[in-house]
Amino acid sequence: MSEPKQTVPKPIAGVSGYIDDRIGAGNFLKRNLRKIFPDHWSFLLGEIALYSFIVILLSGTFLTFFFKPSMAHTVYEGSYAPLRGIGMSEAYKSTLEISFDVRGGLLMRQIHHWAALLFVAGMMVHMLRVFFTGAFRKPREINWIIGVLLLTLALAAGLTGYSLPDDLLSGAGLRITEGVLISLPLVGSYATFLLFGGEYPGFDVIPRFYTLHVLLIPGIILALITAHMILMWVQKHTQMPGKGRTEKNVVGAPFYPAFMAKAGAYFLFTFGVLAGLGTFAQINPVWLFGPYNPADISAGSQPDFYMGFLEGSLRLMPAWEINIGSYTLPLSVIIPALVPMGIIMTGLALWPFLEQWVTGDKREHHVCDRPRNAPVRTSVGFAGITFYGVLWLLGSNDELSVAFDVSLFATTWFGRIAVIVGPIIAFLISYRICIGLQRKDADVLGHGVESGVIKRLPHGEFVEIHVPAREDVAAHLRGKKEIPSLEAPVDERGIPAPGVRGLIGKVRLTLNRAFRADDIPLEEGHGHEEEHKAIGAGSGHKADH
Amino acid sequence: MKSITARRRHPLARYAVLFLALLLFGGGYAFLAPVGGKADASIAQGANAVDDIAEGKKIFEATCASCHGVNAEGTAMGPSLIGVGAASVDFQISTGRMPAAAPAAQMPRKAIAPVFELPLDQRKPGQPTIDTKKVAQVAAFIQSLGGGPTVPTDADVDPATGNAAKGGELFRANCIQCHNFVGSGGALTGGKHAPDLGKASAKEIYEAMITGPQAMPVFNDSVITPQEKRDMIAYILAVQNQPHPGGASLGVIGPVTEGLAAWVVGIGLLVLAAIWITAKRRQVND
Repeated sequence: MSEPKQTVPKPIAGVSGYIDDRIGAGNFLKRNLRKIFPDHWSFLLGEIALYSFIVILLSGTFLTFFFKPSMAHTVYEGSYAPLRGIGMSEAYKSTLEISFDVRGGLLMRQIHHWAALLFVAGMMVHMLRVFFTGAFRKPREINWIIGVLLLTLALAAGLTGYSLPDDLLSGAGLRITEGVLISLPLVGSYATFLLFGGEYPGFDVIPRFYTLHVLLIPGIILALITAHMILMWVQKHTQMPGKGRTEKNVVGAPFYPAFMAKAGAYFLFTFGVLAGLGTFAQINPVWLFGPYNPADISAGSQPDFYMGFLEGSLRLMPAWEINIGSYTLPLSVIIPALVPMGIIMTGLALWPFLEQWVTGDKREHHVCDRPRNAPVRTSVGFAGITFYGVLWLLGSNDELSVAFDVSLFATTWFGRIAVIVGPIIAFLISYRICIGLQRKDADVLGHGVESGVIKRLPHGEFVEIHVPAREDVAAHLRGKKEIPSLEAPVDERGIPAPGVRGLIGKVRLTLNRAFRADDIPLEEGHGHEEEHKAIGAGSGHKADH
Repeated sequence: MKSITARRRHPLARYAVLFLALLLFGGGYAFLAPVGGKADASIAQGANAVDDIAEGKKIFEATCASCHGVNAEGTAMGPSLIGVGAASVDFQISTGRMPAAAPAAQMPRKAIAPVFELPLDQRKPGQPTIDTKKVAQVAAFIQSLGGGPTVPTDADVDPATGNAAKGGELFRANCIQCHNFVGSGGALTGGKHAPDLGKASAKEIYEAMITGPQAMPVFNDSVITPQEKRDMIAYILAVQNQPHPGGASLGVIGPVTEGLAAWVVGIGLLVLAAIWITAKRRQVND
């Protein structure tokens, strides 16, 4: 009992001492293993993407052992009877072999595909969390940009990945890719020939997509993920507002052992869900689609979900085109392919800078906003979700039409209107909800919470006694930060400050006012007195303001 | 009787008796033979055709004429049936599409109308309840009006004589743009849809190809030969009945349901797991 606390068995102490003397990792580990991580369920959402990516790398490596990225023509004589004797590419044939003849091949294919879906979905929910809590603000703008790049690369990884089996369904996606590329003004035909090495589909596209899919894109993704993690580590994780949490500290559990155990458990959860889906839910049954033939197309040809918004915009777009001489500008392809993606991806990338410009907020933020406390940002977010969601939903309008027995044209027209009106309605509704929730917070702080104690007043009226909110709840609510004002004092000659002069300055000022409008101040202590008086005097009602 | 008595010694009487006897046996045989075997295979043939047509006309007038007109000439409610053929009648009635419940863009497959079901005492457990004789009579009536494709025989539609792989190629080239890659169905314009082929029998698929019901085009024998039709039937029945090696089929309609499963099951479970993992600490604190 009186022995020194730090007794380490000699073999371990010797080895670790040897390594430490040469690499000097001891200090580094000591510092970093004690790194504090805040605890909130939504902070784990990004890990879904991280762990899915690990599963993708492992299962993908397995698949490369058996997949033949070749468009060479061959005839299938394998174990799937309904395709025997059919001509197809080596790529499709080897995918069939992975599915039916390689031990564990189908499971690996399915886990790989499900992991790809959860990779993108995980990134999306993580991105929404970061957006709505304002965790992209200074100093994390660069990490946000890396995140947007990762999302874009994930879409590219998905497209190049699901095209590889050269089946009929993915061929439809490849054909759309070609259509978009060739629709580009001036460079379209050259770009198409560059990608496909000649006329569509040619023999080059599958090997090229393969290199992109297994080498270049995952390489960049891996590098960016590393940068993402290092930046997160160095800048420390944001935390939700709460008791004892400031811009200067991080309240939570140390990386080792607490957070490491949680992260490890969460990896196993992710792996478990992926393995479960891969085992029990069939995904991308390429043997049912048949080999790709540019002349064939199936009903219900949809891309994977993350491309659904592009599919939807293509389906909603009216058949517009401009003909100048012998040149055609197919607006019906260019607009749906580039505009929604441009709005969403560019909008995401620019938002932190736009918001900073409007609010003039140069402070560092390590404490998250609650979504209600930044009503404009939150409402823009929901408008974006609605825009994306309508496009995504209408990408499956044929399935909706059959499943819910509505006319196909009706769904198209619904989508055309909803894609414009929907975001506006979503903005207004979420704005009002944010304001309502802010009022509720102000009410909780100002008047307390319902205690469940009913008091009868002398004249017979019943009132419920309110008690001050619990300390941690109140601290959470008080985390609200004021949005800075650009309203500069006008000097004695009535000239406004330089930043808000001119047209752009006025726009900035107007936006700044909009950002701050309806900000509900927390009415600390304001209501208590009144309420007690009400109870005491037996006259008033419970907070009617 | 008096005239027969007077003429039974007529020199031609023996020939008349012989003729009547032949007619009785011949007609009797023709009447009884199809009952024993392929009832639907010999419509509009044999000496009973006239009876079948008459009987069919009666059923038609009672069941179908309100929309298709008394002489099947068509009305504002339903198209003319002259020339659609017996195969069309057999398809529409045996899939329950006709008689229709109400006019609509497209008639859905449904249970066979009671009028075309066997009486309760003639039904056998495990056997279809459709009254093939009645259907055949209506088919014979429609066939008599203007010809058209006849009902295929069992041999015509036997999937065992088809090559599924070859049929798959034809199926992909001709059918899946509406019916989806395994025939799960899909949407068409104007409130119509290409139905799920999962419930269709070999004979119904064959009849649909030769008659082109509703929005479907006709694939006659010069476009798709009877052998090719059997190839396609073999493929459709093979993929419809094969097990799904990857687990739950998710409706076999492509990536839409896969995306739904990824979000609802995948993200749903992982969010619950995240809440669970991070909630533990809070309980200890409280």
